Amino acid sequence: MRVDIDAVSVDVAGARLVHDITLRADSGRVVGLVGPNGSGKSTLLRCAYRALRPAAGTVRLDGTDLHTMGVREGARHLAALPQESATEFGFTAAEVVAMGRLPHQRGSGRPSAADLRVCEEALDRTGAAHLAGRAFLSLSGGEKQRVLIARALAQEPRVLVLDEPTNHLDIAQQLELLALVRDSGLTVLTALHDLNLAAVHCDELYVISGGRIVASGAPHDVLGPELLAEVFGVRAHRVPHPETGVVQLLFDRLPARTDAPTTS
Amino acid sequence: MAAPARTAAPASAPVGPDGDRPRTGSPLPTVPLVAGLALVLLASLVCGVGLGASGVGWGEVLHHLGAGLSGGTITSDEVSAYTIVWELRFPRTLLAAVVGAGLSAIGVAVQALVRNALADPFVLGISSGAAVGANAVLLFGSLGALGVWALSTAAFGSALLAMVLVYAAARSAHGLTPLRLVLTGSAMYYGFSALSTLMVFAADRGEAARSAMMWLLGSLSGAGWGSLPVAAVAVAGALLYLMLSAGRLNALAMGDESAAALGVDPGRLRRELFAVTAAVTGAVVAVSGAIGFVGLMVPHVTRILVGAGHRRVLAVAPLLGAVLMVWVDILSRVLLAPVELPVGVITAVLGVPAFVLLMRRRGYTFGGGG
Repeated sequence: MRVDIDAVSVDVAGARLVHDITLRADSGRVVGLVGPNGSGKSTLLRCAYRALRPAAGTVRLDGTDLHTMGVREGARHLAALPQESATEFGFTAAEVVAMGRLPHQRGSGRPSAADLRVCEEALDRTGAAHLAGRAFLSLSGGEKQRVLIARALAQEPRVLVLDEPTNHLDIAQQLELLALVRDSGLTVLTALHDLNLAAVHCDELYVISGGRIVASGAPHDVLGPELLAEVFGVRAHRVPHPETGVVQLLFDRLPARTDAPTTS
Repeated sequence: MAAPARTAAPASAPVGPDGDRPRTGSPLPTVPLVAGLALVLLASLVCGVGLGASGVGWGEVLHHLGAGLSGGTITSDEVSAYTIVWELRFPRTLLAAVVGAGLSAIGVAVQALVRNALADPFVLGISSGAAVGANAVLLFGSLGALGVWALSTAAFGSALLAMVLVYAAARSAHGLTPLRLVLTGSAMYYGFSALSTLMVFAADRGEAARSAMMWLLGSLSGAGWGSLPVAAVAVAGALLYLMLSAGRLNALAMGDESAAALGVDPGRLRRELFAVTAAVTGAVVAVSGAIGFVGLMVPHVTRILVGAGHRRVLAVAPLLGAVLMVWVDILSRVLLAPVELPVGVITAVLGVPAFVLLMRRRGYTFGGGG
């Protein structure tokens, strides 16, 4: 399923955080959003999974405006892994995954046999089947993310939106999670902090700064030293990965400028 | 500080860093539990009718209950026993069950609504708002034209008024956020309580102040058949609504963003829950006063027993709350008979130790860390 974000602007508490952003994720592609903290990545993604409503512009799934669909219908096409997963409630991992069936259910949400099968498959695919009976709150960061991905897969969506999915994960867990996402075959829109991970795992990158897209294209073309200096305020050296040849980055501080503005 | 561990477990290991923490006790099977509780409730209702200050034999109790339920006849010397059983104790015991079920159900709703473990119906300030209206009737004889209905009408009306105030004050551009609701509700709670206290002092009528006090601590002593229908309908309606919303409540409990991603509009659900909570609080407080602790404790005990899934919680909590209230009411009548204790005193005396004990015995994780 193709995702078009078309001229989207977003206001939060009276401030415009996203200015007129247009981007496109073709069916089955993994599209990354990179940018410094506060650049508007999460805000833009929130519009995609409908936690926010854009002030202008549209988010379209295969041409249909997402915000004209019912929330439930939207959630049948598009699943998300929001950054916040703060809950105080002692759900088991299996219960968390079962919530993924909610957009497909009516009434009290009693899961049918088919629902349970979908949930089981989702847990299997994310390698989290052994966690099913555990309390979600007692899981490690990596385990939690796997369970939440399983919840997203249980929605049987065609688009997956991820907001910094590798936060709080150790490096092996990060690689594992991104491989999992890639192998899902879904259209993926993800914000990523780590530019090297983004270079390896994304088909396309959009660089956001100050709520605007400042560059886009294949990671190899986008991640140039000038752009990285300008947007992230770092000096970057490009080196090919010794095995795969994918571009990877090594960072230094930029030589100090007098009264250099700190990028917020 | 300990040296950093050298042997980190591989990421794919089945047990994470926190894996050695004892997991939450496995939930009890729900269906037998619900069936068992329903039977216990039936038995408790009979006990509620049978036990009391004036001794009526068990045979008589069953006989009069049967007579009342089937519309049978009684002889003239049985009238006083029949009145005690059918006109006083039975509606009162039924009302205790309804109130217990209602407080427990809206306790579950409020905790999901504000996503806070410490929430109960009182935290929204609605019950103390109801108390203001009730005090006006008890102390100053307001709404005298309504006769016996004055108290419940005033309580319900001022509960709704309090709800509108809290809602208007807590509302922001982002809708109803949990923190603002809790803060506004708590602030209003103190405001309304101060108003009630002020009225008690201003009234300067010893007996009236005592009954206002009684009402503030919760009491079912005014119960009769008349107070039952409105409360029962409100509680039944709320239970049905909450049951049908169980899946959405789960999603809301995971956070607003997750809820949105799961196809639930958190703002709309929160508004619905707020309205349902206010209506039930008003209806329940109007007939029983401000009974504390049940709405906080029963949902937690239920989660300890059956886990956090709202479908199971909502099946068990109302039954548990009903049984609890029936027994609390019995105790309030017999402990210091013929003096009647405020119900709220007993819920606290019973509830606090039971709650602490349960919480310490099992790895309860509502608070985020067991």
